[in-house]
Amino acid sequence: MTECGGCAVSVEGLTKIYDGTLAVDHISFCVRRGEIFGFLGPNGAGKTTTVRMLVGLTRITSGSARICGYDVVRDYKRARALFGVVPDVSNLYFELTCYQNLLFSAKMYGVPGSIARRRVEDVLKFFGLWEIRNRKFKALSKGLKRRLAIAAALVHDPKVLFLDEPTSGLDVMSRRMLWSKLRELNKSGVTIFLTTHNVYEAFHISSRIAVINKGRITAIGSPGELSRKFSVQEVIEAGFHPRNPSEEEILGNVKGVLEVRVRGDHLEIIASDPTVALEDLARYARLRGLSISMLRLRGADAEELFLKIIGEAE
Amino acid sequence: MIEEFARSFYIALKDLREYYMKPGSISWGILFPFVFALAFMAKRGGLTEWLAPGMIALALFFGSTSMSAMSIVFERRMGSFERLLLFPVTYVCIALGKSLSSFLLGVISVVPVFLLSLAVLRVPPAHPLLLVVAAVLAAFASSTFGVLLSFLVKEPEQVMVVFNLVRFPMMFLSDIIIPVSSMPHYLIPVVLVQPLTYLTETVRYAYTGTYDILPPTLSFTISLILGIAFLLLASDTIRRSKP
Ligand SMILES: Nc1ncnc2c1ncn2[C@@H]1O[C@H](COP(=O)(O)OP(=O)(O)O)[C@@H](O)[C@H]1O
Ligand SMILES: [Mg+2]
Repeated sequence: MTECGGCAVSVEGLTKIYDGTLAVDHISFCVRRGEIFGFLGPNGAGKTTTVRMLVGLTRITSGSARICGYDVVRDYKRARALFGVVPDVSNLYFELTCYQNLLFSAKMYGVPGSIARRRVEDVLKFFGLWEIRNRKFKALSKGLKRRLAIAAALVHDPKVLFLDEPTSGLDVMSRRMLWSKLRELNKSGVTIFLTTHNVYEAFHISSRIAVINKGRITAIGSPGELSRKFSVQEVIEAGFHPRNPSEEEILGNVKGVLEVRVRGDHLEIIASDPTVALEDLARYARLRGLSISMLRLRGADAEELFLKIIGEAE
Repeated sequence: MIEEFARSFYIALKDLREYYMKPGSISWGILFPFVFALAFMAKRGGLTEWLAPGMIALALFFGSTSMSAMSIVFERRMGSFERLLLFPVTYVCIALGKSLSSFLLGVISVVPVFLLSLAVLRVPPAHPLLLVVAAVLAAFASSTFGVLLSFLVKEPEQVMVVFNLVRFPMMFLSDIIIPVSSMPHYLIPVVLVQPLTYLTETVRYAYTGTYDILPPTLSFTISLILGIAFLLLASDTIRRSKP
């Protein structure tokens, strides 16, 4: 335990090669106790493979990982008792009810009878599933299935919770509800490791983020640190009456403009210094006898940021 | 050790709860051996002292290889098999758990066949206690064999087809129906390398006090070794099923 110095999860040179394809390439990182750690990357980056290696579902090609100080291969029994896993597909038993599914998990983790039943009840209530405890898993909606899968990962009171894209495919309401539940769990002391391909989600919920692309970690830090590192550019959105000037007109006549894009009824303008560009844009419009019908300054959206973070890695 | 066994038992209970009503378990695990025994009874020769223990062994074999097949192939398809790999238990515990539900089904399916044999033959088993041991060994080796075989099947719809493609030849190439001594000699090597022959020999000795090819000490020992070997092979197959 002392060795990992406060790391709930510590990973050293972890590598996975699936007959010939390199899926995860010598990654190393440490998830500190009490963090919500976001593992961010596009599809096929190696997120699922990494989680599966950490929890023992995929064999490790080389490297090692420890959870709360226990080697996930050599000390797998002790390590497993300390973490819970929510896989990317909710894979509970179809013919069992919510209650039966959770009680089975608790027993398999060795939670003694009466404690198990109380714990199952608590977890079901925490996720608002108590009323439907006697419904079979196969009869649940996707959102409820996901919630039950998370509940099942918590019956043995783990210290670390792994979630693989827990909100993908969920509607906005279920997503928000999940976020708030994860925060609540985190406050009660559970370290959370969550993968996502959604930058907004990663920045919204994580205390620290690791960015993975093509099997390699390309950046790691708090949301603030990453925003600074990738110096998010502001975008000017402007619309003109009776017509929008062409891209070339703007590029040729307005100071400091780097890029112009047509977006529906308006233009998106990226400039080296937005304040200078804004003033000059107003001057140019007057000169041409155009009135400004809309004008807005916004930060880069999640998608742009994502492309930037991923792009910078290449 | 006891803890691990308890968890195997939870896996078995869960499987029984989920799969006892599935057609494959009931039709091939319970109905088929009974109907097969009935069919022999109706025939001219009848359910002879030779056939009765054979039918008991058959019920144990089919009964103990039906449920795990369904549960493993279905769960591997749906992804829920992997849940078992997340628990802090050994692979042997998982393999044993998966065979145990089948084992219990085998024990259930042998009851009607046994009662039928008693009613027809009107003689009690020669060694009743030994018959219990033989039944347990046969169900154990069959169920662990079934777990091993399940990993060869990918699609749930193919389970019973594949299993019967294996089980029927095994049945005909054993001493369940005809004694090894009256088989064409070129078949004898095949009969001797397949497990069902030894399981049948233990049941036959316990029921009738006679044996076909092997003395009881050997057939019981070999059956036990087979059961343990299949269990260990099944555990290793589960380990290697990880990508
Ligand atoms: N079982 C597998 N066999 C072979 N290749 C795989 C397997 N699982 C994943 N891969 C490959 O490994 C890479 C990483 O996949 P994955 O970890 O699923 O990415 P992510 O979860 O980030 O979308 C991909 O190129 C994928 O095709
Ligand atoms: Mg994935």
